[in-house]
Amino acid sequence: MPRYAMVIDVEKCVGCMACVIACKKENKVAEGYFRTRVVEEVRGEFPNLRMELRSELCNHCEIAPCIDACPTRASHRAKDGTVQIDHKKCIGCKACILACPYDARYIRPDGTADKCTFCQHRLKEGKLPACVETCLGKSRIFGDLDDPESEVSKLLRTHDAAVRLEWAGTKPRIFYVNKRFPGGF
Amino acid sequence: MRWSRRDFLKVVAASGGIGVVGATQVDRLLGLGRKPEGKPVYVPTVCEMCFWRCGVMAKVVDGKVVKLDGHPAHPQSRGKLCARGHGGIGLLYDPDRLKHPLIRVGQRGEGKFKKASWDEALNYVAEKMLKIKETYGPESVALFTHGTISTYFVHLLWAYGSPNLGMPSYALCRGARDIAFKLTFGAPVGNPERVDLKNSKVIVLMGFHIGENAHNSMCQEFAEAVGKGATVIVVDPRFSTAASKAKYWLPIKPATDLALLLAWINVIITEGLYDREYVAKYTEGFEKLAEAVKEYTPQWAEKETDIPASLIIETARIMGKNKPSVLIHPGRHTAWYGDNTQRVRAIAILTALLGAYGRPGGIYLPPKNPLPYYGFGDFCGIPYPENQKPEIHKGPYPFTREEGVIPEIIKTTLTEKPYPIKGWLITGTNLIKSTPNQRDTIEAIKKLDLVVAVDMMPFDHVLYADVVLPECTYLERYDDIFVVKERSIGVALRQSVVNPMYDTKPGWWIAKELGVRLGLKEYFPYNDFEDFLKAKCEALGLNFEELKQKGYIEIPGTANPYINEASEFKFKTPSGKIELYSKQLEEAGFPPIPTYTRHEQPPKGYFRLIYGRVPVHTFSRTTNNPSLWELMKENAAWVNAKVAKQLRLKNGDYVVLVNQDGVKSNKVKLKVTERIRPDCVYVPHGFGSFSPMLKRAYLNGADDQQLITRYAVDPISGSVGMRVNFVKIEKA
Repeated sequence: MPRYAMVIDVEKCVGCMACVIACKKENKVAEGYFRTRVVEEVRGEFPNLRMELRSELCNHCEIAPCIDACPTRASHRAKDGTVQIDHKKCIGCKACILACPYDARYIRPDGTADKCTFCQHRLKEGKLPACVETCLGKSRIFGDLDDPESEVSKLLRTHDAAVRLEWAGTKPRIFYVNKRFPGGF
Repeated sequence: MRWSRRDFLKVVAASGGIGVVGATQVDRLLGLGRKPEGKPVYVPTVCEMCFWRCGVMAKVVDGKVVKLDGHPAHPQSRGKLCARGHGGIGLLYDPDRLKHPLIRVGQRGEGKFKKASWDEALNYVAEKMLKIKETYGPESVALFTHGTISTYFVHLLWAYGSPNLGMPSYALCRGARDIAFKLTFGAPVGNPERVDLKNSKVIVLMGFHIGENAHNSMCQEFAEAVGKGATVIVVDPRFSTAASKAKYWLPIKPATDLALLLAWINVIITEGLYDREYVAKYTEGFEKLAEAVKEYTPQWAEKETDIPASLIIETARIMGKNKPSVLIHPGRHTAWYGDNTQRVRAIAILTALLGAYGRPGGIYLPPKNPLPYYGFGDFCGIPYPENQKPEIHKGPYPFTREEGVIPEIIKTTLTEKPYPIKGWLITGTNLIKSTPNQRDTIEAIKKLDLVVAVDMMPFDHVLYADVVLPECTYLERYDDIFVVKERSIGVALRQSVVNPMYDTKPGWWIAKELGVRLGLKEYFPYNDFEDFLKAKCEALGLNFEELKQKGYIEIPGTANPYINEASEFKFKTPSGKIELYSKQLEEAGFPPIPTYTRHEQPPKGYFRLIYGRVPVHTFSRTTNNPSLWELMKENAAWVNAKVAKQLRLKNGDYVVLVNQDGVKSNKVKLKVTERIRPDCVYVPHGFGSFSPMLKRAYLNGADDQQLITRYAVDPISGSVGMRVNFVKIEKA
């Protein structure tokens, strides 16, 4: 069983937003909703500034509060290790939305919860997630943590990586490598 | 895991290289009568969401385009698309599209039209054009055009007998750059620019915001270079996305860029950091240059630019140390001030001193092009009629080009001197949003007997048209074959992915039908556009069916990126060398080496208006696109945080910008940020449409172009400097 993960090489994000719309089109995400976003964070005062562009999406946590919170087991861990939603089982109770510390979920127009699937349908065809495939800067890197030769494994071996809200103890599978500010942004 | 080229070819082969895929064809292809969902067909084509022209793989399911992806083999897409490229679906299915020919019933500008048939609309236009020709002569019709449709309408214009055309891409955008590089190196820097970013060790960006201008392959290579540790130097009054990747951000005082460039040249020469061998072998005029830049010391430049002399020296040394792999990006939109050509000349000279032209990491050489030129003129084989009157579109500028200087056409229309202009054909450009001084444009329109707009969307200028001819989108039509000049030569084909929706037609069809009605049938000897494409393929030695199937074909053995130092290399300048000192400029009465002139700075209480791009929109063209509108619905005016505090304005407040001539903008949201100097206001370009037919974009945000009432024309190239306006901020 693979352990899919994504490494965001923060320095290489050029803020083009191709990921955001490629995801929307690939997954037919309804108007007004997004499964991924690029957050701009600025620190300092003119002219001593730094800025981080940070891609955010569902962390496919190893300890997933959304799965624990789901009363119907609609939110579940799939065989490939990713966190998925069975829309037939979802009752739209929003417990998962409250449980998720990353603001990764929303209720879509049919009343069920929705979020990033790591483009599971594409993975099955041997393709990369749509956001990764189109990332102009190759800032989004996807692969299998169990494969020591995968680019994600190699990057995580050679660089300090951060996760969002580490204190939440969710063991995210989205890792951030910031070569520009390796000590943290 | 990645989609390999082999996989891609398999997919294409499976699709049979089908051009137009209607629902019925999908059914037939798949042998399904009921539910073809899930069996996609892929059609390769070429994007037109901006003018980078990436290769696209369109995924069609059940006759509907569901996804657009980057063509893996096309060098400008490399398997990826930018946000706008993905958002092409939004253009195709935008409910606000122009759907039928329209004839005006109200006043010009009111946007009141009646639906017309193509025959009615085309006859109307042809009648008026024939009348103008008879009364005033054919030169009295001018064409404003942008994009692929230009191919057909420039041909039509020339066949009709007028030389007067204006493309915003020249004088309002890249013109000065192309002229400066031609003067210095004997060749323009190309489109896409021949920048060897992926091999650069130092990248210098002057007011050029890669990432925010999301030119696909250029962004890819920039990120690659950043990843490999290239030193980025960004010169920009604004802390751009690119600046956040930079080791050095030089927040220059706007309008003083030439001072910095001259000081850099000064340091490179005085400290002996230039490439002596290269300069001796390939350039001319070095001694004169060294003499001329003596006065431009870093200490002098510090006073002009606000950049400390020590930093000017440090950055120059970094360039010198890393030569020749230094890319000083020549920029794209270089229409800033009245000395645009000289500013870009300074970039070219600095590039030459570092030995970076024709060397890895600098500017690579044009590929060897074995393909003959084959245009519409060659296809019809009839020469264009001789002009009876002098052309007016180039103005008095000695180094301008055929694409013309749009404000010159507007001026002639207003003054009727040397002769009246009575008809405007506007194809593919929102003239209101692309051209400075909207009042002049609107006044000029009042003088006209005929205004025709050929477009896909009811942009602002469409409101003024007498006749509106709806073009179908790039996903619904064939276009002329693109000869791609990246590192190698390649050919790309735009083909219809789906049949045209509504009563819309391709540009080539509209031009031909108009031509036939103007008695110019022999200039359009095709029934279907494939007739022309097949003839062209034959002339280029290509297989049309193969091109349809693959979408992009590279011509092997054409790459020639770097100067072969073992053999003699001649530049296409009069001297055969890089002209640091330009005799051509001297003979035309201009400084042969760039000299610094100080530009006006904003008066008290005013800020310089600067403008630029956002990655999710292409000018005003996409502001109504539902897919892209969702990502950015309105623009925001950037104001320095300390300034905002003084003005008691908060982030998100709505304000009005008022320029030096009292022109007020639409209300616009304020972005209070540390990321900009206190002496300027930055407005992303293209917003604030006043066309109510654009239901999403209507009056969203402010239009920078509305505030650009003043402009300074560069006397060398005719490039129109638009960063010469000042605004104050008022509460909305």
